[in-house]
Amino acid sequence: MFAYYLQLGLRSLRKNPLLTLLMVLAIGCGVAASMTTYSVFRATSNNPIPDKSSQLYVPQIDNWGPDASKDNKGEPPNAMTYTDAINLMRDKRAKRQTALYPAAISIVPTDPSMLPFRETSYAWYADAFAMFDIPFLYGHAWTADEDESHAAVAVIGKALNDKLFNGANSVGKNVSINGRDYRIVGVADKWNPEPVFYDVINTNGFDDPIEVFIPFTRAVELQTNTNGNNNCSHDPGKGWDSWIRSECVWLGFWAELPTTSEADAYRAYLNGYAAEQQRAGRFRWAPNTRLRNVTEWLDYQKVVPQEAKVSLMVSLGFLLICLVNTVGLLLAKFMRRSSEIGVRRALGAPRKEIYLQFLIEAAAVGLAGGVVGLLLTGLGVMGVSLVFEPDVARLAKLDVSLVLLTMLVAVLTTVLAAFYPTWRAAQVQPAWQLKSN
Amino acid sequence: MMHIKPILAALKRHKAGTILIALQIALTLAIVCNAIFIIHQRLERVQRPTGMVETDLMAIHSAFVGMGDNQGGPLIKADLQALRQLPGVQDAVSLNSYPLRGGGWSTGVRTDVDAKDSKAHTTQYFGDDHVLSTMAVRLVAGRNFRSDEVVEADPRSVPDPSMVIVSKALADKLYPDGSALGKPIYIGDTKKPTTIIGIVERLGVPWNAMWSDDFYENSLILPVQLTSPYTSYLIRAKPGQLAEVMKAAPAALVKVNRLRVIPSERGVRTFAQIRDDAYKGDRGMAILMSVVCLVLLGVTAAGIVGLTSFWVGQRRKQIGVRRALGATKRDILSYFLTENLLIGVAGVAIGALLAIGMNLWLVTQFEMARLSLVYVLVGVVALLLLGQGAVLAPALRASRVSPVEATRSV
Repeated sequence: MFAYYLQLGLRSLRKNPLLTLLMVLAIGCGVAASMTTYSVFRATSNNPIPDKSSQLYVPQIDNWGPDASKDNKGEPPNAMTYTDAINLMRDKRAKRQTALYPAAISIVPTDPSMLPFRETSYAWYADAFAMFDIPFLYGHAWTADEDESHAAVAVIGKALNDKLFNGANSVGKNVSINGRDYRIVGVADKWNPEPVFYDVINTNGFDDPIEVFIPFTRAVELQTNTNGNNNCSHDPGKGWDSWIRSECVWLGFWAELPTTSEADAYRAYLNGYAAEQQRAGRFRWAPNTRLRNVTEWLDYQKVVPQEAKVSLMVSLGFLLICLVNTVGLLLAKFMRRSSEIGVRRALGAPRKEIYLQFLIEAAAVGLAGGVVGLLLTGLGVMGVSLVFEPDVARLAKLDVSLVLLTMLVAVLTTVLAAFYPTWRAAQVQPAWQLKSN
Repeated sequence: MMHIKPILAALKRHKAGTILIALQIALTLAIVCNAIFIIHQRLERVQRPTGMVETDLMAIHSAFVGMGDNQGGPLIKADLQALRQLPGVQDAVSLNSYPLRGGGWSTGVRTDVDAKDSKAHTTQYFGDDHVLSTMAVRLVAGRNFRSDEVVEADPRSVPDPSMVIVSKALADKLYPDGSALGKPIYIGDTKKPTTIIGIVERLGVPWNAMWSDDFYENSLILPVQLTSPYTSYLIRAKPGQLAEVMKAAPAALVKVNRLRVIPSERGVRTFAQIRDDAYKGDRGMAILMSVVCLVLLGVTAAGIVGLTSFWVGQRRKQIGVRRALGATKRDILSYFLTENLLIGVAGVAIGALLAIGMNLWLVTQFEMARLSLVYVLVGVVALLLLGQGAVLAPALRASRVSPVEATRSV
């Protein structure tokens, strides 16, 4: 029966090609717009580290006081001072912890024909590798002792290893960073969390993968500048030393707290720390601290671009209109065949069969709409770079799940839209139709 | 004019179709109004001038390898000398930032040394006496720096300069009576005054984000050559020679000193590219919204055509009877036009409310501006016209129904 109804449906669709084309195009456009914008939304609202998103936390400490935080709904600064980061590192109250910043460093190739170049580089502590589950291709992370001794060691990314060493195991070799040699202790495998949760403040959530990791302690010792933001509430004074002792915030900080009780304990510790700073006279206000996990942090930092949300909203509205339109056109199409329905009903077809017949016809329209939608979605995903920053745009991909979702949405929404017209069709009184002919 | 009563009576028998068309018009109006509003806002930003003459202008970002903040001075000097000597170059300058670059310095400024809060927010550009000629910004009062007034400084230890050139917008904000020239300002936390020696007509900030819109034209230029190893060169080519300079300038820099990084992405750009990159998102959003609007209006028009055609088909007999009883073709035509107008008016009434509601929601969610009612009015008129246009073809077909139809199948 199914095949026969499908055949009937296709025949009826062919009979009125303009109307069918209208419906198919409307559904295709609506679905394509929604799916294209959804692909961006999906990429930007992705959970970058699903296994640990509720175990990794960003602590914030208000070192600027109520005068500054009143402009920001009472929230502490988004980044940390060197003073606070070092104190938190020293206290070691979390299972693992790291301070971090994007280091302004250049790689100098040993090959004299190559010019120096920059890669995304971070200075952080040894704990970070285990904390962020960074996979290793060769070697391993540096050790806590090497953090202590400000060792000249580095971990490099796979792409950089390919570029400098043609992909060979480079552990034990040297890499020249800012003109100084660093011993490579490990080569990280591809690690590219999206969004870039570990440094939302400086990247807005989207950046190239990290290719160079060096110990935080050594970077600071060598007065390596940050490649990221530096915010000061007051003039920090002259020179590097007064800057890192100042109240300027420029560091990220992460703590790994596997259980909620540990997180609660850490919260208490943060407040205790702020209270201690208040007693010492550094803060002239009551403790104001925050502790947010990955999900909460990405949400608080509004990582999903405003464009992604607005355009998703607009396209969903667009899909809704296309559906209202489809309801209307299907209604016209089905009601035009009242006499045909009357004949079928008079010959003994129960209402259920009428439902089935017309829903299958609608599903065929939906399927065709889905195919058109798929083509347009493909175009749309290619055109995403027109609207979004390249870092964001390249995340939008037409993968298997998006293809399936496109077809599913097209068919489901069309069938949904067909319910009312089908119900009306099934209500047709056979007697009325037979009489008038 | 047609009598409305019989139309209303007929519509009552087509409740579903009537509601569907009205709903579609309402939703379309709501979305189109907001979309056009967004388009207009974005386009306004894209066209914002920087105050510079943007033709024949380019920028290079360069970072010397492994240098401290105080070590770049002589190297930058050598770079500038090489750049200014290039045959196609009119002038060149080393800056911490420039309009639309993206990153830069900002600070508060006071006019009263004892004031606690700053009077205006502004960006700071650090450069030498070539800034004005390279940017080709227009000096409307006062004078430029002299080369002997320019000092060198480590960016972490910038002394309070004794003089400054400000943009007119900032001058007017600080001294609304227009007397800014020669007056002191206090930059950041300092207690030391800096005297305004020049005012330029217009100079934009390095940012193009919504948060910087409040102080978009507040800029000041300080006669300080920063010695950090990371710097941006702004280069003005002689008229028509930009293409050659785009090739020659980076090559000249590498020749002066190899131990530097010029980023492969966005390291060397013409100002046209810089403007394009800066406003990519805004322009893209405008394009996306325009496409959505056009397709949406198309879909709605098609929907009206479809449903009205169906109604005409259904009522051929009744139309025939009316024609047989003496109704003219124009009567039939105006019947369908009026019917559509009635549905349209209901639709736009709901749609106007929806549009305003949607905008209020967007305001709370995305800190957007309030929708001006002009957009709603324009949208209402546009959709009513669209409805009339869409219904015209089926209505004309209806008016051609011959009175003979009345006699046929009865």
